[in-house]
Amino acid sequence: MNKHLLSSADLNRDEAILVLDTAAQLAQVADRPVKKLPTLRGRTVVNLFFEDSTRTRISFEAAAKRLSADVITFSAKGSSVSKGESLKDTALTLEAMGADAVIIRHGSSGAPHRLASAGWINGSVINAGDGTHEHPTQALLDAYTLRENLAGGEGDLAGKRVTIVGDVLHSRVARSNVLLLSTLGAEVTLVAPPTLLPVGVENWPCSVSYDLDASLPDADAVMMLRVQLERMSDSYFPTAREYSRRYGLNHRRMDMLSGQSIVMHPGPMNRGMEITADVADSKRSVIVSQVANGVSVRMAVLYLLLGGSSPAQAAPSEGIDV
Amino acid sequence: MTTPRIRTVLEAEDIDRVLTRIAHEIVERAKGAQDLVLLGIQTRGVPLAYRIGQKISDFEKTDVPVGALDITMYRDDLRLRPARALETTDLPDVGIDGRIVVLIDDVLFSGRTIRAALDALQELGRPRAVRLAVLVDRGHRQLPIRADYVGKNLPTSLQESVRVRLQEVDGAESVTLSSGRTEPTGPGSTGGDAA
Repeated sequence: MNKHLLSSADLNRDEAILVLDTAAQLAQVADRPVKKLPTLRGRTVVNLFFEDSTRTRISFEAAAKRLSADVITFSAKGSSVSKGESLKDTALTLEAMGADAVIIRHGSSGAPHRLASAGWINGSVINAGDGTHEHPTQALLDAYTLRENLAGGEGDLAGKRVTIVGDVLHSRVARSNVLLLSTLGAEVTLVAPPTLLPVGVENWPCSVSYDLDASLPDADAVMMLRVQLERMSDSYFPTAREYSRRYGLNHRRMDMLSGQSIVMHPGPMNRGMEITADVADSKRSVIVSQVANGVSVRMAVLYLLLGGSSPAQAAPSEGIDV
Repeated sequence: MTTPRIRTVLEAEDIDRVLTRIAHEIVERAKGAQDLVLLGIQTRGVPLAYRIGQKISDFEKTDVPVGALDITMYRDDLRLRPARALETTDLPDVGIDGRIVVLIDDVLFSGRTIRAALDALQELGRPRAVRLAVLVDRGHRQLPIRADYVGKNLPTSLQESVRVRLQEVDGAESVTLSSGRTEPTGPGSTGGDAA
């Protein structure tokens, strides 16, 4: 694996499976009386959040703490960033404090890449969502959830059909998922109104449709994306109600899904907008387990990047047991 | 560079006899099989634990809980090498609280693996006692740790390496001693690849 995790594209198939396998082992820690491993003792992990976030920040914090790392949480509100401090100066401050890893969420696409490549810090950089670009750990936890539910928790996602519905244009979750799920062999279909599809989507490793009803019967999983409230006034679609009728997942549409198909949502949900409450709380919904899986997957990423002298290699070398 | 000489120390039948003896010793010392839990240390300790568990079940006519312990996250040399893949930790449903836990590993060398296993156990519960059974004890301890049940004491030099092959893991069954330089890859290595 690379030193940094900036994009789902940083992971090849073997590396992605290594992360998922490691996460599966680490998931057991949550069931133990002592939910802690000593592995990252003495390492410092900084949560650098320039944008609001509940689950990603808490999830990373829980993951780092379960591995015994020291966690420093830094949010833009109440810090010198609100006084106008630059990303560079913030990074230099973190480096001076000896950060071994920086988990960054930033409103600007490419901020984690800048942090990783500018030479300001020596530690690993993990992208926790940058602008409309990527959110690789969300894609990993989605892949983990898909694998648990559809592939028996082993191997890859070959042949599984995943439909991602909603605001693909602004969604870093969709972008990361398309890259990772196709790496793992899944067939991804994006469903969105034409106004909410990015330029160049035809070059992504997925198919595109404007018709949700048509793609549901074949889908093994449907992933609903959040419609960001601030977009609703930007005339990407006429009204919230019309969007909800054409692209929202309601009970009627859920009944079109086949046998064991699951419903996913990265959260936070707008109940009644892209997903109705009865669907979100139904048996097909794995939304709550996605959150629980997030901690395991982030533990795996932190362990594999920071646990050794260098990031883990996908093919473990055979050593002589002594 | 001379080609390493390889000498077979235990054949398949020898391994089986040794495990039978260890199984009897475990039961004798525990005065029965009722409170026993066998935990094999990944990788090759696990099949050994299952084999010993099967033998105890056969002659004591009672099932002995057997599990697997992965100690990777507790190793003291984690930072000397790239992060490595984890293996399964699988505790029996009965847990380990109040039980006599017998840790089972293939080779006892520096003792660092066992130190890590003791740390791991502490976070999984509170056994009444912890004992250690190994197939081969090759000496060169770096920590004050000894085995309660030893299949074969094998005096070695640090220039030699011990290799255990088990049917379940390697598709072959033998313990060999080769005179080639010990590849310092395990937790018990005396250093050398400390990159």
